[in-house]
Amino acid sequence: MGRTHESRPHYHFKPWNVGRWVLWGLFALVLLAAPKVFSANFQVSLLSQMGIAIVACLSYNVLLGQGGMLSFGHAVYTGLGAFVAIHALVAVGAGSLPVPVSLIPLVGGVAGAGFAVVLGFVTTKKAGTPFAMITLGIGELVFAMSLMVPEFFGGEGGVSANRVTGEPVLGITYGPQIQVYYLLALYTFVCTAAMFAFTRTPLGRVLNAVRDNPERVEFIGYSTQRVRYIAFIVSGFFAGIAGGMYALNFEIATAEVVGAANSGAYLLFTFLGGAIFFFGPIIGAVLLVLAGALLSEFTKAWLLYLGLVFLFMVMYAPGGIASLIMMNLRVAAFGKLRPLLASYLALFGTGVAVLVGAAALVELVYHLQLGDTIGTQFNFLGATLDVGRLDSWFGACFVLAVGLALFELTRRQFELQWGVTQEEIEREIKRREAAI
Amino acid sequence: MEFFTISLLNGLSYGLLLFMLSSGLTLIFSMMGVLNFAHASFYMVGAYAAYSVAQLVGFWPGLVIGPLAAGVLGALFERYCLRRVHKFGHVPELLVTFGLSYVLLDLVQLIWGRTAVDFQPPEVLRGPAFTIVNSSQTGMDLFFGAAPDALCRAADAAVRVVCSPFPATRGFMMLVALVMLLALWLLITRTRIGLVIQSALTHPEMVEALGHNVPRVLMMVFGAGAALAGLAGVIGGSTFVTEPSMAAAVGAVIFVVVVVGGMGSLAGAFLASLLIGILQTFAVALDVSLGSLLAGVGVEPGAALAGSTLMRLTLSQVAPILPYLLLVLILIFRPKGLLGTREG
Repeated sequence: MGRTHESRPHYHFKPWNVGRWVLWGLFALVLLAAPKVFSANFQVSLLSQMGIAIVACLSYNVLLGQGGMLSFGHAVYTGLGAFVAIHALVAVGAGSLPVPVSLIPLVGGVAGAGFAVVLGFVTTKKAGTPFAMITLGIGELVFAMSLMVPEFFGGEGGVSANRVTGEPVLGITYGPQIQVYYLLALYTFVCTAAMFAFTRTPLGRVLNAVRDNPERVEFIGYSTQRVRYIAFIVSGFFAGIAGGMYALNFEIATAEVVGAANSGAYLLFTFLGGAIFFFGPIIGAVLLVLAGALLSEFTKAWLLYLGLVFLFMVMYAPGGIASLIMMNLRVAAFGKLRPLLASYLALFGTGVAVLVGAAALVELVYHLQLGDTIGTQFNFLGATLDVGRLDSWFGACFVLAVGLALFELTRRQFELQWGVTQEEIEREIKRREAAI
Repeated sequence: MEFFTISLLNGLSYGLLLFMLSSGLTLIFSMMGVLNFAHASFYMVGAYAAYSVAQLVGFWPGLVIGPLAAGVLGALFERYCLRRVHKFGHVPELLVTFGLSYVLLDLVQLIWGRTAVDFQPPEVLRGPAFTIVNSSQTGMDLFFGAAPDALCRAADAAVRVVCSPFPATRGFMMLVALVMLLALWLLITRTRIGLVIQSALTHPEMVEALGHNVPRVLMMVFGAGAALAGLAGVIGGSTFVTEPSMAAAVGAVIFVVVVVGGMGSLAGAFLASLLIGILQTFAVALDVSLGSLLAGVGVEPGAALAGSTLMRLTLSQVAPILPYLLLVLILIFRPKGLLGTREG
């Protein structure tokens, strides 16, 4: 039998995807220009952390969003990557390892992939819920080990190193934070591009299939276990790079970097950003750093707010912030966003009222609890609230109740309007298809 | 000998406490396919609720109200949150319980503070349940309650006397767990409600067609599972310590129990709970390291190896990681768990 030729014309026109080039160009521009706009020291430091978090959350999304694998132990790979990288940095400082400081994150990446090869062999034997539990167990295992083996993990104080070592290349010493930022930004951009490219490879596609319908994939002849395993190693590699970036940025690694709190944060913010879109975790990573740095300054109960936001997100918008953006972009593309704007404004106003009422109540309870240490009087958005006075409590409850009632009213109105708009769009799409 | 007996009993009581938690988890998992990540949080809520009630009216009402509070909370959560995400699939279901664990932890810290609260067992349970007196002169003796002081002090230096008390709270823990197990078993196998639950597990459509409200059955099961966790919390909280980190301390271990026992297998969870309880208790009590073990059989490790962590670590130091090591070993050699029936 001869080879059957496809009945495809020889001339194959493939237009450039202009939108994609523009988007990636903008991404690079933002990375370049960000420290010019936010040039204060702590701002540049926050930006560096964002770069690290972006790589970490994207690598997490290879598992969660693209492979449907819910991991509770992702910090194991970022953390162990950070530890190996910091040891490498120490060795470079001592002169026993001839690796340029700029390549330290890659050392972390190789370490992350190596640990993923070993530990992933056990975890990817299962999928779904058992996978989640096993990653949790492995995470606990590594964290408990980190306190037992001081040679590698450095005990309580952790391992620290100095990144300003060796001969400066082109005057770059990595002493100033801004030089480190640009190195991290470069890594962020390259890793983001590489992970995006990964989603376009046949392996990336099969991984999506494994997420959606593992049974069918098995029937076609792929081993779902092996696909999960390879994806796990890829994810571990990028997680390790994030760990190496962390080591370079902070010059220290403590046992906390492999802890459950970090794993939970990656999961939470990747989901909040939006696991079903490639760019969702980037939004999540920015929020991760902002929440950790700013929200925790503003209130002690920030994890409570975070948990509540997460709960509502899972219940009402399981696609995360990215899906909200994309849905509204679709509405805008059909020119139907304008009538919705009034509803959005009303939703926003009543939502703020609910938030203010709830936050006042939470802070009141908090100050009641810790009254002895932080005082019973405090300033809340310009108003002085006192735990001992009834009007403070009444005011908070009143704002919350009124806000909730108004919010529910506007929400119902909005839901109707949203449904009507979506139906119109569906009809429009059908009409266009029919016209072709 | 008395060390062995007391350690075994301690291990058994801890294992039974683990089973109180993992039974609810397994029940919920096998009925709804949901892994309740917040299960240990209900354990914590039960302890704190019982503590508050105990401050007002005493321990025994708290023993009833604590689990009830956890149960009602669980049922409400199932009704208003979990049911809503059911249509999205298992991963969002797991995520919503994950979010709940954050919210509950912070609510508890908000209401009761970040430090441990002083949750004491009642007067009756404070002493030892019995004491084993081992004297080199008169041999072993068993006393209910505390042993008389004079007995534990040797009359002269030549006689060695060891008194090993077994705390009453531990005994109470075993008693409650066993009674609860029996009640649960009778409820599921001998009553009409149990029949509906059992059939809803395998044939939900048929049960619905016969006029039973299956979603409500699921809500009750979730609430009951949370209540069992709450009961375990009251016992565990008063025996050990009631603090916000108590949920995280048992949370990961009960997941290990469920995987090691076999997902969805109640008998497997029982076996794994006892296994892990006993394993951890004995490991904590044993102060041997690999180095001392090798020295015992006459092998001298090299000078470089002798000082290393591997040789220095004692069994009691590695006790926290033993459950997870067991998990890894089970996954390699028997992926479906001890008594599990399905792989996947």
